[in-house]
Amino acid sequence: MSTTTDRMVRKSVTVAAPLAVAFEVFTAQIEAWWPMASHHIGQADCAAVVIEPQAGGRWFERGVDGSECDWGRVLLWDAPNRVMLMWQLNAQFQFDRSIETEVDVCFTAIDARTTRVDLEHRCLDAYGADAPAMREAFNSPNGWNGMLEHFAQVAGTLAAARA
Amino acid sequence: MKAALAQASARRFAALGDPTRLQVFALISRAPLSVAEVAAQLPVSRPAVSQHLKVLADAGLVQLETIGTRNHYRPDTDGVASLRDFIDSLWDVGLARFKLQAEKVARERAAAQQRKEKR
Repeated sequence: MSTTTDRMVRKSVTVAAPLAVAFEVFTAQIEAWWPMASHHIGQADCAAVVIEPQAGGRWFERGVDGSECDWGRVLLWDAPNRVMLMWQLNAQFQFDRSIETEVDVCFTAIDARTTRVDLEHRCLDAYGADAPAMREAFNSPNGWNGMLEHFAQVAGTLAAARA
Repeated sequence: MKAALAQASARRFAALGDPTRLQVFALISRAPLSVAEVAAQLPVSRPAVSQHLKVLADAGLVQLETIGTRNHYRPDTDGVASLRDFIDSLWDVGLARFKLQAEKVARERAAAQQRKEKR
């Protein structure tokens, strides 16, 4: 189930996992499910994506060489029910302090073994504020090729999931 | 996701799902090219390239541009450059993968618990 407005992406998924497991996998094992693990932000291969478990904590990627690249930060930490993150990646999937979008994720126990996850990615108009710069970013070889690879990978993952 | 947006995204993914078309799109995304120029860089005939470009154009991925007598194709940034569209698709895939991983971990923990109880 999903709905989308101009400023927001909203998704829900129900998983056959207890509340605590769903929360843990979402927050502590991002690298195990994030679609773009191979298209990480940093130069080095990604070893882990870390969400520090407290409001004000960092959200960053750690490379196998120990280097760190920010994705954003933690706005709200209410384990195992809710986590709200500030996602600060620009059109080229690089950290940009001026981009402030919110990812709000709520976990609800349907029963002891089933959890519903409701996700909202809000304030996406942060990307529309500077349309010429966005266009330039997309037109640059880096931006375009990056997006192309992302598209190709997402398309491939979707196709594999449907097969 | 709005139905129209979902349809547009599905068309784009379908268009890029073909390996040759993906290569054609990759070339165009680097520099505007004519049909002949694309055909020269790939082991594909000009009519086949034209056909692929038509599919990419219909999907909103490339645009035909005429300068003088020269026709070439360039990326359709309005069609493709909607980051919100992209983020929408990203979460679709992300949550599908998250579901697989969460359920795998839940099964492993349940099995470990059962083994512990048997001992």
